[in-house]
Amino acid sequence: MADIEADGRPATAQATIQAQPRRRHFWRDKGPAIAVAVGIILLWQAIVVGFSIPTYIAPSPIQVAQVFLEQGDVLWINFWPTLLEAAAGFLVGNTVAVVLAIWFVHSRLAERAFYPIAVFINTIPIIAVAPILVLILGNGYAPKIVIAALICFFPTLVNMVRGLKAVSPEMLELMRVLSASPREVLFKVRLQSSLPFLFAALKIASTTCVIGAIVGEWIGSNYGLGSLIIEATYNFRSPLLYATVVLGAGLAVAFFSLTSLVEKRVLTWKTQDVH
Amino acid sequence: MAEAAISVKNLAVRFASEAGAVTALEGVGFDVPEGGFITMLGPSGCGKSTLLRAIADLVEISEGAISVFGRTPEAARLARDFAFVFQDASLLPWRSAIDNVRLPLEVGGKAGVVDQHASPEDLLALVGLAGRERALPHELSGGMRQRVSIARALVTRPRVLLMDEPFGALDEINRDRLNEELLRIWAETGTTIMFVTHSVPEAAFLGQRVLVLSAHPGRVREYAKVDLTAERRLAMRETVEFIRITAHLRGLLEAA
Ligand SMILES: Nc1ncnc2c1ncn2[C@@H]1O[C@H](COP(=O)(O)OP(=O)(O)OP(=O)(O)O)[C@@H](O)[C@H]1O
Ligand SMILES: [Mg+2]
Repeated sequence: MADIEADGRPATAQATIQAQPRRRHFWRDKGPAIAVAVGIILLWQAIVVGFSIPTYIAPSPIQVAQVFLEQGDVLWINFWPTLLEAAAGFLVGNTVAVVLAIWFVHSRLAERAFYPIAVFINTIPIIAVAPILVLILGNGYAPKIVIAALICFFPTLVNMVRGLKAVSPEMLELMRVLSASPREVLFKVRLQSSLPFLFAALKIASTTCVIGAIVGEWIGSNYGLGSLIIEATYNFRSPLLYATVVLGAGLAVAFFSLTSLVEKRVLTWKTQDVH
Repeated sequence: MAEAAISVKNLAVRFASEAGAVTALEGVGFDVPEGGFITMLGPSGCGKSTLLRAIADLVEISEGAISVFGRTPEAARLARDFAFVFQDASLLPWRSAIDNVRLPLEVGGKAGVVDQHASPEDLLALVGLAGRERALPHELSGGMRQRVSIARALVTRPRVLLMDEPFGALDEINRDRLNEELLRIWAETGTTIMFVTHSVPEAAFLGQRVLVLSAHPGRVREYAKVDLTAERRLAMRETVEFIRITAHLRGLLEAA
């Protein structure tokens, strides 16, 4: 029909918009941030050298880099447990949150009974719960995973409940006209429309789960980045301390990037304006 | 003469609100013949949407009765007699045009619907979207999205098509074109259509009869016959007969 050309963009034009070269955008998008980061590192090096600051107070970036080369094995040995705990906590915390959110959306009673408790748990500072969990769960992976899970749990629960409810009333009426069951509404409509909300929460959780794992390792643990931080601090091994912090940050950034990547793959239908 | 597809008797719908009960409809009665095309006009808030939603079993009836092919609205809904088209196309943004059209076939007790449904591909062609089957809603214009939602409504071969200001958000050119298409589709499928609009010419052009409601509470002001030939053309809107009909409807609305 003639109106397809009139009010729809021709297919070829659309393809060009989507296939625009990424390369040219990379430096325009990321360039300023990279420039600032490099600038800060250079400034840091200049201050440490210029004011002759003792290494135990603040090491220079070059000293920190040396730790990666010379004590890489220590860093890696402690890196893997933290990665494992953070990933497991992320998985457990978010899964529980999603399942609870689905339950809440289908049962007003469940929501009224458990939502306030979830809010209460969220108000307890995680640093205060950590020793309690270590006492209860011992010194293995379990308390760290639980702490990482707890820290992920709440933002995902809140966002997921909101996302599952963010379906237009017309869409729900349409499903009712079609005599769709609650299960069909969940699987055909609610879950997909909650995905933008879920990923917003997962991106937060992808960095906080690392914090949770590290905080868990602060208490009477002898492995992991968290325990390395404590040890390096007590022994004034500042370059090692800094290197550990950098590695922890790198882990969080890696989790975040991975989550963003999955989001891009899954949410292909999401237009920019829904942001 | 065809039997009544929809029969509304002494219908009242009230909503409970903080400021007490709101009476949306009161003492409403009319019949829609099978295969009829009825349009509805009335001032904003008079209960047009509520009436359609009561017929489709989306709101509770406070008084009176509605029968759809001799059954209650609920039984008719469960038998998949209805299709609903809203002002906003309400497509699922992650589904392509063709998959949106297929949605009614995937839910709600598929028995009886699946083996006699219309072909989604044919329906998209019928509404002028052949070749755009794989397009996502955000890649389509507002008019094209509304065409998809009409195709979706037709896929189960509904006996009753309820349309609530379906073209209200479209520009006049799109609207005219879809009006003609809708009449063609109606002639081809023979479904019973109830169509709410705010446009007097649209109501007169599409409807065999126009149900004019008055406000506060919503009552039937007149169930006006449109004395035009069965075959309608857009150019007809310039004729004296047509203008006489719209003038009459406007008079009813002003007094409503
Ligand atoms: N769910 C509801 N709860 C309370 N009151 C409602 C509800 N739905 C509709 N009403 C009230 O019922 C009356 C009729 O509303 P309705 O939406 O049917 O009007 P309408 O004729 O479709 O208006 P419009 O032309 O603006 O679409 C209004 O006074 C409205 O406030
Ligand atoms: Mg309305």
